[in-house]
Order: sequence, then structure tokens, then C-alpha cells
Amino acid sequence: MAHLKRSFGIGLWFMFLTLPLMVVRVNTLNHEVEWRWSNMIWVGICAFAIAWFWQFSIERRTARRAHVAADAHPEVEKLSLAQRLADDPVLSRRVLIGAAVVAMIFPWLVSTGQNYYHINVMVSALIFVVLGLGLNITVGLAGLLDLGYIAFFAVGAYTYALLSKNFDLGFWTCLPLGGLMGMLFGVVLGFPILRLRGDYLAIVTLGFASITKIVLENWDTVFGGAAGIAGIPRPEFFGMALDGRQKSVYTYYIVLALVALTIVVTTRLKNSRVGRAWMALREDEIACVAMGVDMARTKLSAYALGAFWAGLVGVIFAAHNNFINPDSFTFMDSAMILAMVVLGGMGSILGVIIAGLALKLLPEYLRAFAEYRMLVFGAVMVLMMIFRPQGLINNMRRKYECDTVEGDHDDGAK
Amino acid sequence: MDFQYLFELLCGGVVKGSIYALIALGYTMVYGIIQLINFAHGEVYMIGAFVAFIVAGILTLTGYSGLTVLVLAAVVALIYAAAYGYTLEKIAYRPLRNAPRLSPLISAIGASIFLMNYVQLAQTPDFLPFPELVADFEFMEPIARYVSSVDLVILIVTTVTMIALTVLIKYTRIGKAMRATQQDMVMARLVGVNVDRVISATFIIGSVLAAIAGVLIASRTGQINSAIGFMAGLKAFTAAVLGGIGNIPGAVLGGLVLGIAETLGAGYISSAYEDVFAFGLLVLILILRPAGLLGKAVKQKV
Amino acid sequence: MTAPSKGRKLLEVSGLTMDFGGLRAIDSVGLDIFEGEIVALIGPNGAGKTTFFNCVTGIYEPTAGEVMIHPPGEKSRRINGMKPNRITTLGMARTFQNIRLFPAMTVLENVMIGRHCRTGTSILDAILNSRRAVREERETVEKSYRLLKKVGLADVADEFSRNLSYGAQRRLEIARAMATDPFLLLLDEPAAGMNPQETLELDELIVRIRSEDKLAILLIEHDMKLVMSISDRIYVMEYGKEIAQGTPREIKENPRVIEAYLGEEAHA
Repeated sequence: MAHLKRSFGIGLWFMFLTLPLMVVRVNTLNHEVEWRWSNMIWVGICAFAIAWFWQFSIERRTARRAHVAADAHPEVEKLSLAQRLADDPVLSRRVLIGAAVVAMIFPWLVSTGQNYYHINVMVSALIFVVLGLGLNITVGLAGLLDLGYIAFFAVGAYTYALLSKNFDLGFWTCLPLGGLMGMLFGVVLGFPILRLRGDYLAIVTLGFASITKIVLENWDTVFGGAAGIAGIPRPEFFGMALDGRQKSVYTYYIVLALVALTIVVTTRLKNSRVGRAWMALREDEIACVAMGVDMARTKLSAYALGAFWAGLVGVIFAAHNNFINPDSFTFMDSAMILAMVVLGGMGSILGVIIAGLALKLLPEYLRAFAEYRMLVFGAVMVLMMIFRPQGLINNMRRKYECDTVEGDHDDGAK
Repeated sequence: MDFQYLFELLCGGVVKGSIYALIALGYTMVYGIIQLINFAHGEVYMIGAFVAFIVAGILTLTGYSGLTVLVLAAVVALIYAAAYGYTLEKIAYRPLRNAPRLSPLISAIGASIFLMNYVQLAQTPDFLPFPELVADFEFMEPIARYVSSVDLVILIVTTVTMIALTVLIKYTRIGKAMRATQQDMVMARLVGVNVDRVISATFIIGSVLAAIAGVLIASRTGQINSAIGFMAGLKAFTAAVLGGIGNIPGAVLGGLVLGIAETLGAGYISSAYEDVFAFGLLVLILILRPAGLLGKAVKQKV
Repeated sequence: MTAPSKGRKLLEVSGLTMDFGGLRAIDSVGLDIFEGEIVALIGPNGAGKTTFFNCVTGIYEPTAGEVMIHPPGEKSRRINGMKPNRITTLGMARTFQNIRLFPAMTVLENVMIGRHCRTGTSILDAILNSRRAVREERETVEKSYRLLKKVGLADVADEFSRNLSYGAQRRLEIARAMATDPFLLLLDEPAAGMNPQETLELDELIVRIRSEDKLAILLIEHDMKLVMSISDRIYVMEYGKEIAQGTPREIKENPRVIEAYLGEEAHA
């Protein structure tokens, strides 16, 4: 009952809060005021429902934490579905192979003839998956909040656009160059700023991305200004001419291969000496340094490697679109990539892939949703931090086999 | 050297800087108490400007005019900004009080994106013309080239606001509680300060200041849209860092320095790169003197 | 307990001073540690013990004074102002008073971090899964696992470290520090928050580490029973100054110490 009463109060509060913005619309040209009272009712109802659910969730969250705190036995943590899947090598291999097969035959599943819309959508989504996985290294593994990640993507895209336009270099030459340029920018920018505290770092990276965009917009002679650069060639295929659909399918396989490569590389890094140092740095900087980890080098490597993937996939983006301009590299794009990492679960590779696909494909196929896309992303970021900071997919614990330790190793490596 | 031009730029810089200072105060006060960059602060400023725009629109159509409209619109805007700031803290930050450092920051970014898009969807993504509510004063005519009537109003209002804020923090009960909480939250709680209420009050005061800035800047530039908060917020944050975050006089100084630097850069080099000067300044100050102009370096406790 | 014959000097601190603004937290403190010794640093709260640790391990840069180390088999070095990770690499490892584990990493992974400075797998090695990466990874796991066995945490190796009990977390910190192959281990209040049984086990563990791993140990501790039973020598600090040093017996009988410290302890 108390809950209902509170929720009712909150509903009223939100009706008041949204009164001017949701209800009134002033048209200064015609000198008219439009009153949209129905909106107010909707706000009231929604706020009431959400408030009720909110109180319920907070209560559950508190109860769960108290439970964990009171009972310090390690067993209390329930194994997630994903963890159980990962613990079962046979099953996880099967799922992996299944996913790979579906990904391979995807172009033939969704399109026939000259209809290749779905393939193009998938290419865009996979480009963002690579971006998400790259940012996952910087933010998810190493805990460096980079709000200007899209700038490295722009560096890669413009590298290819300029090199192909001015020097006639091909896609395959530019692909590694784009990655290296991204990395170079990462190192040059990262070097002075990585000793900053986490929240300052976030703002400075944001500032860098804004500067990048302004420079791209205003330096017309080199970067083509706000109009951008058009006529960027598609990836070449041993000199053969491809038709529209073939081009898309070809790009699809290129980006798919890149996704696979990113997954392999990130997984290996994550479970290596380097990746462990990143995670330790994320968890506790001082303890990490006191254990002999070189902070500057570790941070810089994470930052530069994240930038490398962005640069790499930027080249593909430019090639896929044939055309780039500064509007593709806004803060909102950075924020969306960050939302993928947050939603997927910091450091979780599978989670980031699923979140990336969802965030990119949902707005594409649910047109009604597209308009509210950023609104929902914003809300999701807040809600995730409050209710599920570990992301949709828990960052799974890795178990190590060690057979060579003398004696009874079985008591530990269950 | 054209001194007249320089003076013109300086005046413009001071006006701009005092607006930055008003917004920066909100960042600095919140940061001082809960060490959070309230990323959505710029959005509160934007909402303040929007509410003022709506109220002014309604009032103008019903026949009121000039300063009356401005004052009424400003009052409603302040109330709403305060309400938004208060609600924002309750929803997006309070549940994360003890979370790892990055969590509230990500939540703040989410809140900022949410509010920006909320206004855009509820109103319009286009620029809207903000009515001219300050008539030109006659006595300003001789110096109107340097300081327009709107600028004069801005300077007076910001000065009065800052004096009021200083008095509030120095002499009132809540001000003392705020200073105590800033120094040591645990200790303040132990001696009976209601920390939750202090934090709410900080958000409310900061939001009110931002809304004042929003109304003033809207009547100066004559237009608003849902995206103005983002840039203004970023600039004001720069100002706060420039002065030393958590430091109230620092925020004012930082705002003025930033405003002047930006205007001079735009006036002498290129106006297209105005924002680049601001961010360049931010990057430089953070690298060379992360504690800011007036801040003190603090050792982290191990 | 019989003090072992004094071997080579390992750590030599002289005239160490640390100012915070106008406040002098440590005032000209000297301290020596010899091979195979267990030395305790005691003193009332706020005496500057942890600050001393922070100065020696590079977290703070001391205002004045000398910190010299003489690693066995290597040349001596002055380490004032060196970065903490360099000092750890040179062979001094520490634990923290307010436990600083990596909560979202498993117990085993926490220890594996300690091996970081003793291994050299590069990013490229890791990506290509080179022979070096595989070999080092295997060695790291084995060594870490052995250390976990030593501190009695082998059966929870795959749990997240945040789920361990307080005492277990403290032991994990010791294992993590030992993974860096130190010649000197610095323990900051290792028994804080432990029950008597756990403290007893810790006592036994520290002595065992000294004899099995040939380590010298410097510890800050408030548990007098533990300090008196295991230390070879004790230094006492008060208000940033060193007021006494000697064997446990000498310290017990030192009137300054009784007045400054044990007296207070006796009242408490």
C-alpha cells in the first residue's frame, strides 16, 4: 500500500516535471500555443508504473546484496547460463560452430537476386560490433573511459579516403595503414593524457573527439569540409568487376573475418599476462602498480590497441559507404559504442557482440523505435549502472588447468 | 594594434565568461561534494532555457511584454531546473553513491543523452527563436558597441547571483553543512549533518544557477535548441577544471579566463575554431596543472 | 625465539622524512633489515607507520632521507622516488592495511598478477599464442597455484576474490606479494580483523615463509602477542619519530615504549 501511495506521488511529480516540455508547444512564427494534455496523462500513467516497478527492483537489489554480505561463502553466487555454457567445452564448441555456420551462409539466407539491403544493414552492424569489441579493450578490460573513441574510427576512414583519392592506394594497402594510423593517434594522444584520473580522462578524450570533428569540418582543402569525401572505392577483388550485390557480400565477408579476428585477438589477450594486467589496473590502480605492473605502458597499450581496431574498421566503413563526412563521427556515435560495452558487460566479449548487434539492428528493423533510439540508450545506460553493472552477460571467471603441480591438484581445479 | 577591437573582444569575453562561470559553479559544487562530473548539468541548463522559452511564449501571446515576461519566465525556469536537478540526483546518482567510480559517470552520460533526446522529442530538434525581452536602454547607447543592454543585464545578474551564493555558503546553515560535507562526508554525517539533504540542496542550487545562465544566454543569442546544453556543459566543465574543480572562486575565475581566451582566439585567429581553443585549453591545463589555477594537489590516501 | 645470526643487510633506511604540506608525518627515521630477519614496526595509530611503508615502496616520494636496498646477488641501489612497480621488480613486495585485492578477478588470477614483473609475454606473443606465451602462462599458473597452497587457499582458486572471508583475503594478499619473488616482504597489519585462531595460523605462516622461502619480513602490526612471538627485532614509532628499537625483550622493558605505547595498550 505504501508502495502504491509513493508511486502515485511520483506519478504526480513527473506530471508536474514534464508539464511545460511535454504539454506545451509554442509556435513563435504563427504565434500559436499548442496544448497537448493527453501527453500529461500518459506521463502520469507511465511514471506510476515505472515507479512501482523501480521500488520493487531496488528492494530486491538491496535484499540480494545483504544476502551476499551476510553469507560470505563463495557458493552463493548463482552461475549464469553463459558461465555454465562456457564451463561445458562440448556444448560451447557446438554453439560456436553453429554461430559460425549461420554467419557464413547469412548472405544466402536473407537475400536473393539483387536485393541486398539486409546484407548492407548487417555490414553496418558488424562494423559497430568491431568498434564495440575495440572499445571493450580500452573501457571494458583496462577501465579507461574513452568518450572520444569515434575519433579513431574517423582517422581510419579518412586515412583510406585520402590515400585512395590522392595517391590511388588500394583498399588492402590502406586497411593496415588505417589501423596503424589509429594506433599512432592513440599513442600520441594517450601519452600525455593517460596519467589523468579516470573522470578527467573521459572529458579530455571527449574534447579530443570534438576537436577532431571541428578540424574535419573546417579544413576543407584537405578533408573536404562538411561535405566530406565522395567516390571512395569499394574493396577490390583480384581486379574483377563485381556487381552491387556481390560487392556487398564481399564486404560482408571482409568485415565478418575482421570480427572473427577481433574475437580471437581479444580472447587471447584477455587470458594473457597483458590482459590480466589491464583488468588489474581497472580494479585497483595502486595495488596493481605495487605488484610490479608498469602503469603507463599498460594503459598506453590498451588505449592504442583499442584505437587500432577503430582505425582498421574505419577503412572498411569508408569503403562500404563510398562516402564519408564528419557527421558520421559525432559524440552520439561514441556514446552508442559505449552503450554497447556497458550493456554487454564490461570486458565480456560475447556480451558486447550481442549488445552491438541489438543496438544496431533494432533501430533498423523497428522504425518506430529508431526515433526513440538515443532516448532508450540513455535510459539503458542509467538503468544498467544501477541494476546490472556487470552487464547482460556476466564477465565470466576463467578457470585454469594445472596438471603439473605435484600432488593432489584435484582439490582445487574442480 | 586596434585597441578598440581588442576592448570589444574583451567585453564580449567577460560576458561569455560570466555565463560559463554560472554553469561551472554547478559542476564544481557537485564535484566538491560527491566527486562526480555531473555530465547532465548542461542538460539542466538547456531545460531551463526551454522552459523560459515556453513560458515567455505563452505570456507574450497573452499580451504581457518586456522585462515582466523575462522575470516571470526566469522564475518558472528556475523552479523547473531545480526540480529536474533534484530528480536527476535521486534517480541517476543516489543509488550509485557507493559504486565504483566509473558507474555514476556512465550513468551521468546516460542521463545527459536521455534528457537531450527527451527535449528533442517533446519539442523539436530545430532551432527556435528566443524572444527579445530586454529592450535597449537609452543610457547604454554611447557604449552599446562594447556592452549591449542584454550584456549589462547579464553582468548585473551574474554578479548579484555570485554574491548571493557566497553569502549562502558562508553564513547560512545549509551552506555550513555543505562545506562540512565537502571536507569529510563521514565526519559530517557523524556530527548530525543530513548528507542526503545537503547533496540534494547542492544539486538544486547548481541547477538554479544553470537555469539563470540558460535564460540569460538565450536572450543574448536569441535562439535555443535541444543540443545547446551539451557544448555549454562541456565548456563550463572546462572552466571548472581550469579554476580547480571543487573550488568556487576558481570556477568564476576559470569561466572568465575561458570566455576571454575563446573570444580572443575567435576574434584574432578564426571563429570556426572557437571550440578548439576551449578544448585545447582544457587539455593543456589538465596535462600541465591538473589541480587547476586555484586548486590544491591532493595526495591519495593508501 | 633465538635471533638468527645477522647476515647481509637488505634494506637500509636513514633519516627518512616525509612532509604533507606543513605536517611532518615522518621525522628522520632509520631502519635496517638483515637477511632472514622478521622485523616489526609498531606504534600507536597515526604514528606514521603506513606512511613509512608508502615511502619505502615508492607510493610516496620521501621529502628527505635515504632508502637503500642491497638485493642478494645484485648491486645496491638508492630507491628514493622510484616508481612502485620498479621497486617491486627490484624485489620488495607489500600488502595493504585496507585490503586492496582485485575483486572481480579470481583468487588465482590475483596471484598471477604478481608474476607480471617476472614474465615478459608481449602483446604480440599473446596474440600469436607464441611458444613463450604458452610456457610462461603454464609456469605462472603452476607457481601461483603453489603459492595458494602455501597460504591455504588452493581450494578456492577459481572463486572471485571479493567472495573470500576477511582473513582469507589477507592471506591472498600475502600470496600475491610473494608471487613477485621478493627478497623482502612488507606486511601492513596482516592480522587486522582476524580472529585468534586465524592469527595463530598467520603467525605460523609468516615463520614458515621466512624459513622456506628465505625471505626477510617487515611487518606493521598491532597484535602484540603476534609481534612479540615472531619478531627478531622491533622498531617503535610515535608521532613520526622513532623512539626505540631492539629485541622483543628490550622493547618490553623499555620505559619510553611502555609509556607511549604499551601503557596505552594496557589501558585499552
